[in-house]
Amino acid sequence: MADFLAMGGYGVYIWPSYAMSAIVLIAATIVSLKAHRSAKKAVRQLEEESEREEGEMR
Amino acid sequence: MWKITILANPKRFLDLSRAIIPWTFVAAVLLLATGLYWALFLTPPDYQQGHSVKIMFVHVPAAYMGIMVYGVMAGASLTGLVFRHPLADVAAKSAAPLGAAFTALALLTGSLWGRPMWGTYWQWGDARLVSELILLFIYLGYIALWNAIDDPQRAAKAAAILSLVGAADVPIIHFSVDWWNTLHQPASIIRPGGPSIDRSFLYPLFIMMAAYTVLFVWLWLLRMQTEIFERRARTLMLAKGA
Repeated sequence: MADFLAMGGYGVYIWPSYAMSAIVLIAATIVSLKAHRSAKKAVRQLEEESEREEGEMR
Repeated sequence: MWKITILANPKRFLDLSRAIIPWTFVAAVLLLATGLYWALFLTPPDYQQGHSVKIMFVHVPAAYMGIMVYGVMAGASLTGLVFRHPLADVAAKSAAPLGAAFTALALLTGSLWGRPMWGTYWQWGDARLVSELILLFIYLGYIALWNAIDDPQRAAKAAAILSLVGAADVPIIHFSVDWWNTLHQPASIIRPGGPSIDRSFLYPLFIMMAAYTVLFVWLWLLRMQTEIFERRARTLMLAKGA
């Protein structure tokens, strides 16, 4: 296990490069999913409102 | 009326992307799991670089995506300028932050690979490194331009022109390692005579590149949907105010 983590002395460069990749890609995923959810919700609310208003006009 | 004129194409896109999105997510997870396991546990140390070669499996896919996404963005921008397709601007705008993220990762992981191999994290005299940094700045400028102009149509046009001018950097990045004598090694995958990398490294590398590609497609479709929702919300708000 310790040998695996050491990676022949290169572990100090390898693991940060994998960690950075994971952090950036996971952050991109979270940001994209959050924006998707809130935009979807906003549209649904506005559509419901406009349908209600149209109903009232009739 | 606005429903037909503005949403005809986006509506079809929403239906289609809704069907594709779950599959791209599943494929991205499976490819990432396979690629990471293969890269970390099944590849031998390189005969020259030792285990530091393992950085290649996160560096090369990120660098490749930085360029591929730029191609997607510039292609969509050109389509938007020429055919005024409503989805083209959405496609270009949604791709940019992802391209910037991949390019930043290429620079970061490259720097961590450069330290043990070249003895330095960064070298201003290296054409490959500097042209890649310029790519990141072009992405950031493109995103800033979209944010700086309020009118979406004017913003789309200005950003599209910037992305086409910036496309000049892409061939410079690719050929920088041949045109200038640099620290960065010459092309080892896209080169005359085929890849010079050993198969034991090439297969997991291709899986990681496929994983990054599918991950991008998943996030790109999601972000395009988001952009369409946001535009629709804006239209509904305006209709409400009128």
